[in-house]
Amino acid sequence: MLLIKNGRVVDPATQTDAVLDILLDGGLIADLKPGLEVPGAEVIDARGWVVAPGFIDLHCHLREPGDESSETIQSGAGAAARGGFTAICPMPNTHPVNDNASVTRSIVERASAAPVRVWPIGAVSAGSRGESLAEIAAMKEAGIVAVSDDGHPVATAKLLRQAMEYCRALNLPVIDHCEEPSLFAGAVMREGPRSVRMGLSGMPAATESICVARDVQVAELTGGRLHIAHLSAAESLDLVRQAKRRGLAVTCEVTPHHFTLTDDDVQYDSRFKVNPPIASGQDRQALLDGLADGSVDAIATDHAPHEPAKKDVEFDHAAFGMTGFETALSLAIEQLYHSGRVGLGRLVELFTTGPARVLGITRRIAKGEPGDLTLFSLDHPWTFHVEESASLSRNSPFDGRSFHGAPMMTVVAGRIAWRR
Amino acid sequence: MPERIGHLLAIEPLSAEQITFFLDQSKPFQQIQRHPLKKLATLRGKSVALAFFEPSTRTRISFATAAARLGADTMSLQAASSSLKKGESLIDTVHTLEAMKPDCIVLRHAASGAADFIARHVAIPVINAGDGLHEHPTQALLDALTIRDRRGGLEGLSVTILGDISHSRVARSNIHLLSKFGARITLCGPAMWLPRELELLAPGVRRCSRIEEALDGADVVIALRVQQERLNEPALPRDEYIRQFQLTRSRLAGARPDALLLHPGPIIRGLEVESPVADGPQSCVLEQVTNGLAVRMALLFLLIGGTGGIEDLPHASD
Repeated sequence: MLLIKNGRVVDPATQTDAVLDILLDGGLIADLKPGLEVPGAEVIDARGWVVAPGFIDLHCHLREPGDESSETIQSGAGAAARGGFTAICPMPNTHPVNDNASVTRSIVERASAAPVRVWPIGAVSAGSRGESLAEIAAMKEAGIVAVSDDGHPVATAKLLRQAMEYCRALNLPVIDHCEEPSLFAGAVMREGPRSVRMGLSGMPAATESICVARDVQVAELTGGRLHIAHLSAAESLDLVRQAKRRGLAVTCEVTPHHFTLTDDDVQYDSRFKVNPPIASGQDRQALLDGLADGSVDAIATDHAPHEPAKKDVEFDHAAFGMTGFETALSLAIEQLYHSGRVGLGRLVELFTTGPARVLGITRRIAKGEPGDLTLFSLDHPWTFHVEESASLSRNSPFDGRSFHGAPMMTVVAGRIAWRR
Repeated sequence: MPERIGHLLAIEPLSAEQITFFLDQSKPFQQIQRHPLKKLATLRGKSVALAFFEPSTRTRISFATAAARLGADTMSLQAASSSLKKGESLIDTVHTLEAMKPDCIVLRHAASGAADFIARHVAIPVINAGDGLHEHPTQALLDALTIRDRRGGLEGLSVTILGDISHSRVARSNIHLLSKFGARITLCGPAMWLPRELELLAPGVRRCSRIEEALDGADVVIALRVQQERLNEPALPRDEYIRQFQLTRSRLAGARPDALLLHPGPIIRGLEVESPVADGPQSCVLEQVTNGLAVRMALLFLLIGGTGGIEDLPHASD
């Protein structure tokens, strides 16, 4: 039994913001009220901390199977726990691709020893090659929570249509990495004054928004659930807003690096190389606005670890991606909460009820619910040192950055998965 | 003098004073090119690694000759013979070179930022001999030396740069350099090679898509090489380029009568420049080559000759 006392319980799902004690027992939330006393329970004093429903990360890469020198399920889940995440959704672009139930089962099995819940995302198409549908129903039975060909867009409107119709019947969201391939080809950063100055090949914002426009129309055609991964452009966000206004089941996520950095921050340092690329200042502002006004449904990390051999090379040749679990909440507190852009309830929503809604599940602090909680401080001072990360990879541009606000404890199924 | 490694990675961060100092330092090395005996012993015992990861004839020979005339040895690595083809990383290749204890590395690479990247990983000076589309600083310096000799100064010039600006490291380095001396710079070429962001590179830069207008009153015309492979992109038929942008005698007549023509070479005659223009009295092309030796000798002398690096050159007063 775990008794979390004196924390400020903030739960958007139940509209709670009050100092309450929470008792966890048998993996579930057993009780919730002020002044709980339970003899024999391990007591955590959460005074001064926020106690939120367990954070969900809709978008990460764990590299297992196939690239275990960059990350394993165990190491990635360890980093996620340090970031306050209680459930993470790894994308299927492993080797082999998670496009059939045996790969899904193997991931789920390997994840059983992990400190946080691992909810795999299956491929849309066989091998994520964009030709024919993957074995989605079988993967669902084995445990996937969504489908995506992440790393690439769903190749054609026709394939997307089939996937959305099929997944509508299976009640799964289709997550798309939106990118028009011909505009993307050869590009390594966002096109703009910075790319022209650096002589790096840039892609315009329309690389993403052209594909978002296609996807929204296919969502309308099929009535399926569409989720736009790592949205990075103002035009894309406008398309999502319009779709929501028309009542379509369209959602989107934004990463911490896209709402924190702009292309002016990009150096000849491959830690800044990520896809979609770090956007312009105007785009970043639009993302911050969307995070504040409710147009953005979730913050997702797109945690993308890469071993040094893939990153310590010329910018042009480096792999896309940066790690993100351990800095996500602190960046969100810095950029959204301390800046006054969003209140505490909305901040928590972006990590909890928001992503839960995308997956079509509930996430709340109530008796009988799973004992997954994220405890964090809004002002704890700390500095992120990548050498201390639990990830096997070191590709974070936030190494050395100091924060006020941090995850303090991660509780999964009633047990402490990590504490600061 | 501070213990610092001086690199030459780009023109952009340099001040006009640093560039002027640099050009002044090149003067004695220009004179050496006219001597019957051109070899000095200044850098005897020193060695220069020439790491060329992209095909280059002129720049490589220029650096090799500059090193030889200063008495330095060179170790040369070329793309075709490099271990890159065997999958070795750039860092590993450069560390291998560094282990042979050269006194500096001259790096040519197809990736923008490659020189910056390598400079962070080695303990000896790095000279950028062209990195992707980013910069080619020694080219801009030799161009500036050529212009200064012919015009008596660099201040307040009207300069027109013609061709594929967006894919040109020569254009970027020249824009940064000449702008620091107050040049009015007009960029001219096909619109898709002329993104508006180029105007933000430095003060005094404008774009113009009509060559006649771009050349009007120019003191200096820099024609860039048009890379055939760019013409193969879904972009522009060769004949369209020639019709609209080839530098012909009649077009050059719109510039000032004493306007200089510079070209970084190699010239593709009949494409970017009409042959009679390339060979005409306004052409500085061969002077550029000779000045390239002087500039590179001065650079090697400054960086490894024991008198400190470019970082130690006088700084701008602001």
